[in-house]
Amino acid sequence: MVYLTRKAEFSASHFYHNPEFTPEENLRLFGKCNNPNGHGHNYTLEVTVKGEVDPRSGFVVDLKQLKEIMHREVLDAMDHRFLNKEVPEFLTRIPTTENLAIAVWERLMPKLERAQLHRVRVYETPDLFVDFYGEE
Amino acid sequence: MKAHLTRRYLFSSSHRLHSADMTAEENVATYGKCNNPYGHGHNYTLEVTVSGPVDQSTGMVCNLVDLDQAVEKEVLSRYNLENLNTLQEFTQTVPTTENLCIEIFEILQRTFAHAHLERVRLEETMMNSFEYAGN
Repeated sequence: MVYLTRKAEFSASHFYHNPEFTPEENLRLFGKCNNPNGHGHNYTLEVTVKGEVDPRSGFVVDLKQLKEIMHREVLDAMDHRFLNKEVPEFLTRIPTTENLAIAVWERLMPKLERAQLHRVRVYETPDLFVDFYGEE
Repeated sequence: MKAHLTRRYLFSSSHRLHSADMTAEENVATYGKCNNPYGHGHNYTLEVTVSGPVDQSTGMVCNLVDLDQAVEKEVLSRYNLENLNTLQEFTQTVPTTENLCIEIFEILQRTFAHAHLERVRLEETMMNSFEYAGN
């Protein structure tokens, strides 16, 4: 089994707000991240797939295909977007880094054929990242 | 759904690697320049990984403010800008980065209750790093 990781970057804005909480509770829980006008990050996405090395090609997966899938399914939808308003998952879910990692997993999982998705890592900043390994 | 959250922190400390169980020659042979009696320092990078189910109402494994406060109070304020050899936990134990990594894991395991402590990773320099995930 060999693990292969592909990185990508995207920039997006978001804010944290739960409509079931009072304004005071939202502010207490989410602090500055509750500002409804949003704020932005340069996200780094790392997608790790695993599989056996194909003896003919020497590849676990065709990197070009993986790159295209990541672009089509994730970057085209999220790069230079306001996550809360423009990405369907986040109309009902708070776009935390945790939920972003889960959303990326859910978008990629059905599109990968040969390789098996192992991990999605999303860096919100160089000092904060979330790993999601699917249902554990 | 369970996710793993990792946060990186910085602190700077000095230490000297010296074992009372070894002769002076053995200490030099084992620790080399790190045995210099005056000590030397590092900028450590600490990575703390916690895990747990993502709370549906907040979208979080745990509130980062709680994690930052715990790490600041229990770890950074204890080790930043200190000589590790002068601290109680390193009077009998050599303050290698292995032992420091284990110590930090145990401190956080005792004091941080908002999520499961998965792993502590400590970079002594850009070239060396150590990980401890408990026994």
